[in-house]
Amino acid sequence: MFYREAGDFKTNYAADNQTFPIKIDRKGYYVVLAFAFLVVPFLINDYWANAILLPFLIYSIAAIGLNILVGYCGQVSLGTGGFMAVGAYACYKFMTGFPEINIFFHVLLSGGVTAFVCVMFGLPSLRIKGFYLAVATLAAQFFLVWLFNRVPWFYNYSASGQINAPERTVFGFPVTGPNTEAWAAYLFCLVFLVLSALIARNLTRGMAGRKWMAIRDMDIAAEIIGVNPLKAKISAFAVSGFFVGISGALFFALYLGAVEVGEVFGINKSFLVLFMIIIGGLGSIFGSFAGAAFLVLLPVVLKVVGVDMLGWPTDIVAHLQLVIVGGLIVLFLILEPHGLAQLWRVTKQKLRLWPFPH
Amino acid sequence: MLEQIVFASEVFANGLMAGVLYALVALGFVLIYKASGIFNFAQGVMALFAAMTLVGIQNGQIPFAHLINAIFGTHIHHFGWNVPSFAALILTVGVMILLAWAVQKFVFRHLVGQEPIILFMATIGLAYFLEGFADLMWNSEIKTLTFCLPGELCLPQGMNLAIDEAAYNAWGVGFFIDNLDISAAIVAIVLVVALVAFSQYTKQGRAMRAVADDHQAALSVGISLNFIWVLVWSLAGFVALVAGIMWGAKSGVQFSLSLIALKALPVLMLGGFTSIPGAIVGGLIIGVGEKMFEYCFGIGQCFGGIINLGGATENWFAYVLALVFLVFRPQGLFGEKIIERV
Repeated sequence: MFYREAGDFKTNYAADNQTFPIKIDRKGYYVVLAFAFLVVPFLINDYWANAILLPFLIYSIAAIGLNILVGYCGQVSLGTGGFMAVGAYACYKFMTGFPEINIFFHVLLSGGVTAFVCVMFGLPSLRIKGFYLAVATLAAQFFLVWLFNRVPWFYNYSASGQINAPERTVFGFPVTGPNTEAWAAYLFCLVFLVLSALIARNLTRGMAGRKWMAIRDMDIAAEIIGVNPLKAKISAFAVSGFFVGISGALFFALYLGAVEVGEVFGINKSFLVLFMIIIGGLGSIFGSFAGAAFLVLLPVVLKVVGVDMLGWPTDIVAHLQLVIVGGLIVLFLILEPHGLAQLWRVTKQKLRLWPFPH
Repeated sequence: MLEQIVFASEVFANGLMAGVLYALVALGFVLIYKASGIFNFAQGVMALFAAMTLVGIQNGQIPFAHLINAIFGTHIHHFGWNVPSFAALILTVGVMILLAWAVQKFVFRHLVGQEPIILFMATIGLAYFLEGFADLMWNSEIKTLTFCLPGELCLPQGMNLAIDEAAYNAWGVGFFIDNLDISAAIVAIVLVVALVAFSQYTKQGRAMRAVADDHQAALSVGISLNFIWVLVWSLAGFVALVAGIMWGAKSGVQFSLSLIALKALPVLMLGGFTSIPGAIVGGLIIGVGEKMFEYCFGIGQCFGGIINLGGATENWFAYVLALVFLVFRPQGLFGEKIIERV
């Protein structure tokens, strides 16, 4: 009744090809953006920022990155944790090495460094695929974590082996370090998320994305119709690494502030991000957001319900969480392999015909 | 000099023994992969689950005691009896068969015909589920595992010094091999022989191989795919149980047990996903390789210590070795050649 495309006329190709072709979608998108930029910063407090909003924003970036690699290009990676660690440590080295440069560029540069490392570990993908590749990326995960643990240069020879984010400012407002206001960190992450989503969305709609999807659907056939598998796979690894690196840098500098690599960027982080894109939807930018939101909120909700309301011990709730997450993964793969994003699509499709479905 | 050689060969022997244990886990992978094309990431968690169930039954723990206590406010934890090891073993095998049936019935029956990578991700989900389930059922404390067959034949605990003493008396230099590792090697050999015999000489074993060869052809001669898959998952559960007992006796039944599954992956890539001998050889290569690498370059004992990486190289050596190896021979040492058709 209210969600219609009728009467929304397009007069040129640009209008026809825009990301949100339906007017109400477009309006909704602008409203969400305005709300996120203009309203949330005034409402935010430390609890909301640290428990929900910051992890959601940062994991969304990581999920977009991994979704490009796994969902669009079909190269399964279990090394996300390791690549996030590269971003974090690169950011740390840049922050301490070049304190006069703005942290915005540090984060971008650490994305670049991660892209390079990711390409290095992605090179075997030219010979191997499927779960062989998944296991090969495990090499990246374990090797990188070991490297950051063992080579003191990476953590500036600090006695604890940890890295700590020094205070850095943007336009005079601190965004890292103990004096950070919640809204400043939030806005900083939000800018990166919006930029990442825009870039990713447009890349996947364009030639690069189509090549990735061709490789994903059948690499031999793609090669025959003229897609260069070397370029397509390597570019997917690079773009994915760039976003994952940015999220790692933000995760360290803005969210945690201090990082011990084995604990924070272990194999569990790789699985967490992978689960986000499975639940959210493989091959969908919206799905990355949905999956990240879901898996960030789930532990919070479980904790509120289990520990605070029912008074159960925390370890039982933690185990229950494993059961629920694992069960959901299997359930989604069986019932809806395209995840929450597909549910959203189906809902919209139904809504267009509602209330007269025939 | 003698001391160094003895020490190096001791590292070598210990590597072999560790390799046997990796191979035990890898065997379970190969079984399932051959019969159903599923790359079962949950194999390590199955080992953990099996070992926890065994200990839980032995000690007479009440399943889900913590959860029941939390919901109903009771204070139960034990039945108050101890089950003999052998009976507990039989019961655990029963539980693993039940698990195999449930996995087949509720998960993989609904995923028939999906891409292998989807199946792989489903097993990751299964691994998480099973891990949480095992912790809920038997709680997550570290448990010690003592396993005795009737007739006082006990599995030795880790850190047993008999050979060290014998070698010390013979050469005046200690030579340390865990008794447990030797028993593990013997058990592994018996297990492999039994598995090969099963798949070569029994009706079910042949049916299993037929399914592995070609699902549709097997169906058309009247083999029940469902039955074979449950059988294979049960066998893998049994192998997981054996591996769980060995690792559990070595280092206690705890969460880190499930991480050995990750170590079994490079073993498989070296040996090939479809070959039982490959799993054994791959396991031995990885076991020896990582121990020797750690000894030589990790802590810098070879070539006058010119390369010293600062230890803990065991964490990644196996994966990097497998990665390098894959680039040159993607199907592994003994695997079938990968042929792709459009």
